[in-house]
Amino acid sequence: MGRWSTAARTPLGLTAAVLAGSVLGLAVLAPVVWGTSADAVDTGSILSPPSGEHWAGTDNLGRDILARTLVATRLSVLLALAATAIAVLAGLVLGTAPFLLGRRLGRVVTAAVNIAVAFPGLLLALFFATIFGVGATGAVFAIGLAGAPAFARLTQTLVAGVAARDYVAAARVAGVGRLRVLLRHVLPNISEPLVVNATVGTGAALLSFAGLSFLGLGVQQPGYDWGRLLYDGIGAIYVNPAAALTPGAAVLVAGLAFNLVGETVAKALGVGGVARRPGRAPRAVPGLAPVAADEAPRAVGDDLVLDVRDLEVTVPGARGPVRPVRGVTFSVRRGEALGVVGESGSGKSLTALAVSRLAGDLARVEAGRLTLLGTDLTEADGRAHRRLLGTSLAMVFQDPTTSFNPTRRVGAQLAEGARHHQGLGRAEALARAVDRLGAVRIPEPERRARQYPHEFSGGMRQRAMIGMGLMGSPSLVVADEPTTALDVTVQQQVLDLLADVRAADDVALVLISHDVAVVRSVCDRVVVMYAGRIVEDLPAASLDDDARHPYTRALVAAVPDMDTDLEAALPVIPGTPADPGALPPGCAYAPRCPLASARCVEEDPSLVSDDTGHRVACWHADGPAEAATTAAPGEVGVP
Amino acid sequence: MNGLVFEDVRVGFGATTAVDGVSLAVPPGAVVGLVGGSGSGKSTLARAAVGLTPFTGRITLDGEPVPTRGTYRPVQMVFQDPYSSLDPRMSIGDSVSEPMPRSMPRTGRHAEVARLLELVHLDPARAAARPADLSGGQRQRVALARALAARPRVVIADEITSALDVSIQGAVLNLVRELQAELGLSMLFISHNLALVRYVASHVAVMHAGRLVEEGPTHRVLADPEHDYTRQLLAAVPRGDRPSRSHR
Repeated sequence: MGRWSTAARTPLGLTAAVLAGSVLGLAVLAPVVWGTSADAVDTGSILSPPSGEHWAGTDNLGRDILARTLVATRLSVLLALAATAIAVLAGLVLGTAPFLLGRRLGRVVTAAVNIAVAFPGLLLALFFATIFGVGATGAVFAIGLAGAPAFARLTQTLVAGVAARDYVAAARVAGVGRLRVLLRHVLPNISEPLVVNATVGTGAALLSFAGLSFLGLGVQQPGYDWGRLLYDGIGAIYVNPAAALTPGAAVLVAGLAFNLVGETVAKALGVGGVARRPGRAPRAVPGLAPVAADEAPRAVGDDLVLDVRDLEVTVPGARGPVRPVRGVTFSVRRGEALGVVGESGSGKSLTALAVSRLAGDLARVEAGRLTLLGTDLTEADGRAHRRLLGTSLAMVFQDPTTSFNPTRRVGAQLAEGARHHQGLGRAEALARAVDRLGAVRIPEPERRARQYPHEFSGGMRQRAMIGMGLMGSPSLVVADEPTTALDVTVQQQVLDLLADVRAADDVALVLISHDVAVVRSVCDRVVVMYAGRIVEDLPAASLDDDARHPYTRALVAAVPDMDTDLEAALPVIPGTPADPGALPPGCAYAPRCPLASARCVEEDPSLVSDDTGHRVACWHADGPAEAATTAAPGEVGVP
Repeated sequence: MNGLVFEDVRVGFGATTAVDGVSLAVPPGAVVGLVGGSGSGKSTLARAAVGLTPFTGRITLDGEPVPTRGTYRPVQMVFQDPYSSLDPRMSIGDSVSEPMPRSMPRTGRHAEVARLLELVHLDPARAAARPADLSGGQRQRVALARALAARPRVVIADEITSALDVSIQGAVLNLVRELQAELGLSMLFISHNLALVRYVASHVAVMHAGRLVEEGPTHRVLADPEHDYTRQLLAAVPRGDRPSRSHR
């Protein structure tokens, strides 16, 4: 598997592989090679210090300590593995029991595990050692069972996470028994973190063993593991330090080996493809038609709030850099409402994030021009930039439940930005927050400001989010799917609020949505995006009758409304959205377009403006409207 | 009484009552739309019908209580989010064959998987694909095929298009209507969007705060709503002819 060899080639993976390989190699070979010399009693050199003959000296019977340490590898590793196996097995049984037993019995098991986890591990080990008796067997069970509660707890948490997924519910609805669901759906999906924890747990078990044997509770004479050697060597530490240090070093190296293997496994199983910053992307991208500067939007003048030209965003992908936004040019004037529509993956949200400088560290944003109120945002951002963005631009996100910090009062969260960016005092900022909550029509703003986000309904939270954007005096509000997560009856209220904010203060609004109907009800102008480019820019009023790009027409037709013909099938857009990582050389929409001709497949049309400012990128922009949408039964054509 | 019948069904979670005495019937061969806002209890009602949530009251299929144990499950459900309703480690063919009787021979299973995939307009050759290789719309079709594999008498579709792009939702809705017409499937179609319900359902029931506030033939309820909440829902459907709000 590719990711394994990739992980093994990192410095961490290489070290882990070498260390683990030597430890396991020694465990197998050492007793064969040095077995006799380790047990050879030499009464002539008892407790001798390190010498050429005995590198780490000898013990009280004159046996070579280095040979004994090497030979002890097998027993030490075996004991650690056995203890881990017991911990994993017992942990799995206890951890999956609540899922198998159902609610009531499950609660009893969970409570028992929780109590066991609270016990210190060493105490448990001592407790088991007294039950099973002093010796290797007792110690294996002691350490194994002492590790079980923690593993059970982890398993329980992971199982609970997967059990809440819909595919588990679907399997149960399909009549699949609990045990079968566990084996088929739950365990395979939690195996990765379990494997990682088991590996790291082996390292911990090894250390615990050394500890128990050192305390005299582990391996007994004449057997010996590293802990036992440590125990024997510590008595002679002033005579021969190497007698204790050698087995100590062995414990250290082996423990490190198991832990590093765990880390490597975690890295290999984790998010695939280690994300790297994209390097300089190749300038000449096939199919990327340069957007000529002169076909920039018509509105030129000082009422421009946002002016974006040739915006490109490059993000790291699994197979090299991907460019989800490819040369986007648009502008928004004071008081104007611009809608941005497109399917998921069209680059519409990333465009908004890039404009707000929120695209993240991994994305590289380039633009011929990117100005907010005349200030160039492409220059290295400093304090002045943050201040401008903090006070002049308000961002409203899709999910109001994650936009607020759940542990802080709403009023304080609103006030925070104002104190930071506008230098208001605590009381002033709070008063402004209350005022703004009132402005977004939240009843009893003073009481509400003292409440926590969870005390707000979804619609209320989204309004508070808009209120937060209004703490400064924004010239631009960017709203990314602001109503998608809201209840139907609340959606229109939030859209109305955005429209009012815009009308009251002459604020420019950029509203992003996958639903043409939402955008149409609020915006003056609509920009349609496909595969990272603008394919059409037209007045919202023209959407129904004067859309010229087949994709725009198809999007408009795809939404059923209260007047949709019940006899006919709904018009659909065949095929799937273009993959930004594998774009065709010609028009990206051509594979799905009913009007596509040979030219569309070969040559990407550029965005051309007519004299009214209506921009469209299509070779067939003047073609017949009827043919643009189809009523095919599905994505894969079945006659 | 025939079909899927809910009688005075109540579901409570601790102190809150999610479903409060709902009685509703899905007659054989009919598509009944169930609409309401988030938190109205419509999904909870659906989960009760397939045995995922304990309830009080009666839920019967053709007069018998709906079996929620054992391998035969005549009521199937398609979930809202096709990104979480398919096991990411299982091929779509395995997912679809899961509800089939375990006594079914291997070749029979393969043939049945192919038939079902074709029924939902997916290429049977892709049975070995993983959900990650599929788009959202294609995944939702796999979920439909899996529900049909159990040979259900009633399918409950819980917001099956709300996680999809509008451009894809049409294809799924067309498929629902097609399957209903071809197989005579009974269906409880849950949605918050009245325009979708209008398109697929002949009857509609409106839920609000755990109660059923209105029900009747779709054309009657939409043309002449009796309950205030139904009117609110109707007002919330974006309309193409809505005047631009910027000129107020």
